[in-house]
Amino acid sequence: MTPTEALLRVDRLVKHFPITRGILIQRQIGAVHAVDDISFDVYKGETLGLVGESGCGKTTTGRTILQLYKPTSGSVYFEGRDLSKLSAEEMRKTRQRIQMIFQDPYASLNPRMTVGEIIAEPMLIHNTYNGKDRQERVAYLLKMVGLNSAFSNRYPHEFSGGQRQRIGVARALALDPSLIVCDEPISALDVSIQAQVVNLLEDLQRDLGLTYLFIAHDLSMVRHISNRVAVMYLGIIVELADRVDLYEDPLHPYTQALLSAVPIPDPVAEEKRRRTILEGDVPSPVNPPSGCRFRTRCPIAQPICAEIKPEFREVKPNHWAACHFA
Amino acid sequence: MADLLTVQDLETRFRTREGMVHAVNGISFDLKEGETLGIVGESGCGKSVSVLSLLRLIPTPPGKVVAGTASYQGKDLLQMTDEEIRQVRGAQISMVFQDPMTSFNPVLTIGQQVAEPLEIHQGYSRAMAYDRAAEMLTMVGIPRAKERLNDYPHQFSGGMRQRVMIAMALICTPQILIADEPTTALDVTIQAQIVELAKRLQDELGMAIIWITHDLGIIAGLADRVNVMYGGYIIEKAPVKELYANPQHPYTIGLLASLPRVDESGRRRLASIDGLPPVLMEKPNYCPFAPRCSFAVEHCWKENPPLLQVGDRHTAACWVNPKTGGERV
Repeated sequence: MTPTEALLRVDRLVKHFPITRGILIQRQIGAVHAVDDISFDVYKGETLGLVGESGCGKTTTGRTILQLYKPTSGSVYFEGRDLSKLSAEEMRKTRQRIQMIFQDPYASLNPRMTVGEIIAEPMLIHNTYNGKDRQERVAYLLKMVGLNSAFSNRYPHEFSGGQRQRIGVARALALDPSLIVCDEPISALDVSIQAQVVNLLEDLQRDLGLTYLFIAHDLSMVRHISNRVAVMYLGIIVELADRVDLYEDPLHPYTQALLSAVPIPDPVAEEKRRRTILEGDVPSPVNPPSGCRFRTRCPIAQPICAEIKPEFREVKPNHWAACHFA
Repeated sequence: MADLLTVQDLETRFRTREGMVHAVNGISFDLKEGETLGIVGESGCGKSVSVLSLLRLIPTPPGKVVAGTASYQGKDLLQMTDEEIRQVRGAQISMVFQDPMTSFNPVLTIGQQVAEPLEIHQGYSRAMAYDRAAEMLTMVGIPRAKERLNDYPHQFSGGMRQRVMIAMALICTPQILIADEPTTALDVTIQAQIVELAKRLQDELGMAIIWITHDLGIIAGLADRVNVMYGGYIIEKAPVKELYANPQHPYTIGLLASLPRVDESGRRRLASIDGLPPVLMEKPNYCPFAPRCSFAVEHCWKENPPLLQVGDRHTAACWVNPKTGGERV
C-alpha cells in the first residue's frame, strides 16, 4: 500500500505520556504507553472503525492523528503529506480538511455561544464564507443535519443530547472537511436517539463523500457503520480486517473474546451462544506485559508469547492480526 | 412460583423549581421467587425511581411516593416505619448501584463496608463478620480475599469494585437483589464477567433479581420476564422470548429495530424513532408515546391506554394492534 492510495496513513505511530516526579526539578520516572507503534490506512470514502475497551488508546490515536497531541514518534500522512513536518500555518490550513466530532455533546459546545455562532466559528477562524454567505451556510448546515434553521439564535442548553450532537456534526462540516474523526459520537445518547445520529452520519457520507475514522466501544454499532475495523488492546492494534471478515472469522483471541462478550438482543440466539469469559482486568499501560500484550488474559497463551512480540502480519488477504497462533 | 413482591399503582413525583415532575405514574408489577425480572427503558423513563421508591430511598423532599402499595411478606413496604424498612434493606432486599466508583465510602476499608450489613442485621461480631466477608469476596471471584479486606475502594478496578458491591449486597443472603444498571459503567468483557457471576450466584443462593438496564442485549440473555418502561409507565410486559419474538407495543418494536446486532452481516438502515422522549412535567391524558408513534390513531390522543392483554402472560399499553394497524377492541 502506498501513501497515495490512502487519504490518511498512520505509520508506526507512538504516543507516550511522561510520568514525572518533583515539583521544581521534574524528572521523568516512567511513561504511559498510550499508543505503541500502530500503523493503518484509511481509504477515501470509507469508514474505518476503531474499537477497544476503555484505556486501550483509541481516543489518543484520534487526537494524535489531528496533532492535538504531538506524536512521540512515527508519522501521520494526510493526503500524502506528513503532518508532523508541516509548519504551524500549514497545519492550521490542513485542519480545515480534518475535523472531529466529540463524545460528550454537553461538554463540547460552548454554553455562552448561540448555535449559529458555534457553527460559524470555524469559518470565522479560517476566514471562509464571509459576510452574508456565512449566515446562509449556517442555515444550510443546520438543515443538512436535520435541525430547523431558525434555531441558530438559540443556546445549546435548549437542545437535547441528540440535537446537540447534530450541532456538533454541523460544526464539523462547516469547512468542507474530507476526513472526520468521530470519537464515540453516540455513546452518550439514548438508544432510540443513537440510530438517528448514525443514520445522519451515513447520509452525510453518501452525499458529501466523507471519510470517517469511527472510534467506539460498541461493537454492534461499529459492525453496522464500518467498512473495515481495527481492534485495539493496550495501545496496539491486534487485528484489522474488512468488517464481515473480522466479525465472522476473528483471528486474534482478544477479538474472539470481545465479540463473544457482546450481548445480542435475541434470547434464542443468546441461549445458543458460548462465551469466552476473559479473566482479570486490562494491565496498566505504564508497565505493559512483555512480548504479547494480551498474554496475561489470553486463553491460549504459551511461553513464547511472553518472550517474543507477535508481528502484526497479513494472515489472510487484507486480514491482519498480531498473534503467534493466528 | 409464589409472588415474592407485589407492587400496585406506584406513583412517585418530584417537586422541582420548574414544576411537578411525574417520574412514575401508577405502575404495577410482581416478582416471583427465584426469577429474574428485567426492567428496560431509556434515561428518565422512571425505571430507577420505581425501585428506589420501593426501598424508600427517594429523597423527600423533593421526591414523594404519592400512591401505591408494595406488598412483601404480607407487609406494605411503603407503610413500614423507618425502623422496619431498615430491617428489610440490605438484609432481605438489597441493591447494587450503577457506578462502582462512587458507591463506596472512600475512607473505609472494603472489609468494613462488606461486613457492615452482617454486624447491623445479624449481630455478628467484627471477627466473624470479617471471616464471612472474606468467604463472600472469594465467592464473587476476588483473589486473596482475606488480605484484600484491608484495602480501600480506590485500590480496586471498576470490575472488581462491582464484584465487591455484589458481595456486599448478598452477604445477608437476601431474597431480592435489585441491580440498577450494574454493568453500564463497565467494559464489555468485564460486563460479561459480572453477568455470568450474577447468574451463578442466583443458582447457588436462589434469590430473585430485578435487573434494571437500558440495554436490550443484556436483558435477552439474563431475564425470565421483562417490563418495558416509557415516560413513567410500564408499556409492555412479557416473558423474555415472547417479548423479542413478538413485541406488541410500537415503542418496543421501534427500540428493537433500532439496534444493530453484532451477529448481523447484512447492511440495513437502522430504524429510528423520531422525536424525543417525553418531558414529565404533566401527566398526559393521552398515550405518552403517541407524539413519536407511527401507528397513532385518534383514540391514542383521547385516552391513555392501560395494559391490555395481547397474548399469554403478555400485556401492552397500546390501543392499536401493530400487526394490522387496527384498534384492539
